[in-house]
Amino acid sequence: MKKNYLCSLLILTSIFLIGFPFVTTSRAQQPLELKWGGDAEGGAPYLLPNPKNPREIVGFEVDLMTSLAGQMGRKSVFTQNQWDGLIPGLQRGNYDLVVNGLEITSDRKQQVDFSIPYYATGEQLSVRTGENSINSLADLKGKIVGTLKFSLAQRILERTGGMEIRSYENQNNAYDDLVLGRLDAVLMDWPIAVYYSKPNPKLKFAGPVIEQMEYGIAVNKNNPELLKQVNEGLLHLIKTGELRRIYEKWDIWNDETGRLFTKLASGEVHGQVYEDFTQNITKQLTWSERLRRYAGYLPVLLIQGAPMTLLISLLGMAFAVALGLILALIYLYAPQPLSWLSRAYVEIFRGTPLLIQLYLIFYGLPNIGIKLSPIVAAVVGLGLNYAAYEAENYRAGIQAIPRGQMEAALSLGMTRAQMLRYVIVPQAMRLVIPPVTNDFIALFKDSSIVSVITMVELTKVYGQLASTYYDYIGVGLLTAGIYFLMGMPFVRLARWVEIRLATERRVEGV
Amino acid sequence: MNSLISVSNLQKSFGGSAALSGISFDVQVSELTVIIGPSGCGKSTLLRCLNGLELFDGGMVRIGDITLDRKANLSHGDFNNLLRNLREEVGMVFQSFNLFPHLTVLENVVLAPMVVRKVDRRSAEEKAREILNKVGLGERLQHYPSQLSGGQQQRAAIARALAMSPKVMLYDEPTSALDPGLVGEVLAIMRKLDDEGMTQVVVTHEMNFARDVADRVIVLAEGEIIESGSPQEIFTAPRDERTRNFLQRYL
Repeated sequence: MKKNYLCSLLILTSIFLIGFPFVTTSRAQQPLELKWGGDAEGGAPYLLPNPKNPREIVGFEVDLMTSLAGQMGRKSVFTQNQWDGLIPGLQRGNYDLVVNGLEITSDRKQQVDFSIPYYATGEQLSVRTGENSINSLADLKGKIVGTLKFSLAQRILERTGGMEIRSYENQNNAYDDLVLGRLDAVLMDWPIAVYYSKPNPKLKFAGPVIEQMEYGIAVNKNNPELLKQVNEGLLHLIKTGELRRIYEKWDIWNDETGRLFTKLASGEVHGQVYEDFTQNITKQLTWSERLRRYAGYLPVLLIQGAPMTLLISLLGMAFAVALGLILALIYLYAPQPLSWLSRAYVEIFRGTPLLIQLYLIFYGLPNIGIKLSPIVAAVVGLGLNYAAYEAENYRAGIQAIPRGQMEAALSLGMTRAQMLRYVIVPQAMRLVIPPVTNDFIALFKDSSIVSVITMVELTKVYGQLASTYYDYIGVGLLTAGIYFLMGMPFVRLARWVEIRLATERRVEGV
Repeated sequence: MNSLISVSNLQKSFGGSAALSGISFDVQVSELTVIIGPSGCGKSTLLRCLNGLELFDGGMVRIGDITLDRKANLSHGDFNNLLRNLREEVGMVFQSFNLFPHLTVLENVVLAPMVVRKVDRRSAEEKAREILNKVGLGERLQHYPSQLSGGQQQRAAIARALAMSPKVMLYDEPTSALDPGLVGEVLAIMRKLDDEGMTQVVVTHEMNFARDVADRVIVLAEGEIIESGSPQEIFTAPRDERTRNFLQRYL
């Protein structure tokens, strides 16, 4: 019996494998694919890897799309994409639709068409359980508030003003930091709060839902036929109660959506749309208006972003240069276990991604009681990482000093430490100026990575501007230019120092 | 016993092949001793054993009242201290000068007195100027080594060693890297030091210098002393066949 079962499984598998090429060639008979983009990193209840089988993506939007595609006679195919790249991906034709908690806003409507809303909700404030003074946006003055980057919640906070805003890639990190006390409150879409804040006994909801917004399915502007089909399909799912069943299954059915559906079912196809406060800056621009706008970005980039980038880079490099020298000296001159540890440090920090190191330092260390502020974590992260590279520079520089220098110093009665300090290291320093300058420029640009730990620096400001105005090219070129111009003086300085020190080695003249 | 340097039964091998096998000799105060011999005979190794740049496998070296003995079981730290004390008493001059290229001539000379002997900068510079004047570099104090000729560099290196007021000066082929025209100025300094009573041990191929200035000549071959005596004895009546062959190529 069991053997039979195994046999048939084997046969089935081979039929599947052999048959596969034929299946793909005879695609015409298969239902047409309906490809849609989303970011599974976004998490519950929208899209998330199935905890029981991480290769499968689940979420209420998966259920929604399965039903909708079925309704349209097509096959739902999910495509993973970074959240802030979802609309650009749609425009490039990577998929037909975007379905991922995308609020219908007038600035987005400049870029894409939206279906009728499929869900209505608002923003929910969360605070620590013991906190009673925060119940509304007005209570956030002077507080530190976390949210998701590029989200409606972030814009609401920016519009309200008066608080320090930390924007996160990931809701887990924001709620963790709220528990840890790095934040005083977190504002996020209600369904996220239902899944990530409500179950946490250390957190609670503060006040009612703020503002109203509606999620829509984004469709390319040149595709009215698809938009019509999607709208018809959605309306059908609303009228049959299918959509409500999905939401109830995911525990996110709410009054707002109830009222929205009643309205839509009764024929008001164009439901209420959240009118974005950025409306006045999303109209088509002439060239001179465009230039004036870029000129307007400059102070934002230069004042909000550039100083922080510069500060983090300089501190990070100072840290890296000092630690790197120590590591190189330990490796070259310390006894066995220490030199081995130094080697291990270099290999590990050089061989693992800076991004993961930053995550571990910022989000991992609090687990063992070390809570670093974003700027300290950024400097330490960049410094620890680049120290590995600097150690190698110094090692090469020190080893390039001729042996005779060491012998001359020792012959004069110097200790090893004196020899290193007065003879070997000063010469090695001169040798390593070019590679260290190189690394500084690299670190300068790598500092953009620290935006993942809520640092607001140049690249973060770029991301905010670009996503607000949907202008990745103009703002991007502007930002790249600022990086270039800021790095330039350091390149010049290093060159000057190098030339100055090199005069000692001039060969001409007796 | 008034010998300043005493070497007895010195043994040293590199990876199993003997470089020095049982070297013994004494050097008296104020003597100038020249060590000659064919390439690879162990001259440089012998010299480097005298200031601990090369560690030997057996035997003993005494300079003044400091003794390096392989049999004395010193801790790592004690041994290093002993080496440093020895090196403070012994000046070393290298074939390739080994001046510190990132420092001026003056800084090269004052560095060790200031760092090792903790002399203050003013007295260190005062003494350095005096010594540099003596070696004829009084006008070159602020030059960097790369701005000097080979002869000047070697004289600066001698000044650097003298600044530590050593009891003994060791020279490892001090003129081999120089243009023939520049050899004389370096040898002249060594001659001058000899006149002043400095104890010197010189490894060199300058046979004329050895004949004219040395108090004693030691001939080394295959890691052993095959002959030693006054320049007169060695250069006019060499007893060993190998000494004769060697000298024929240089005279």
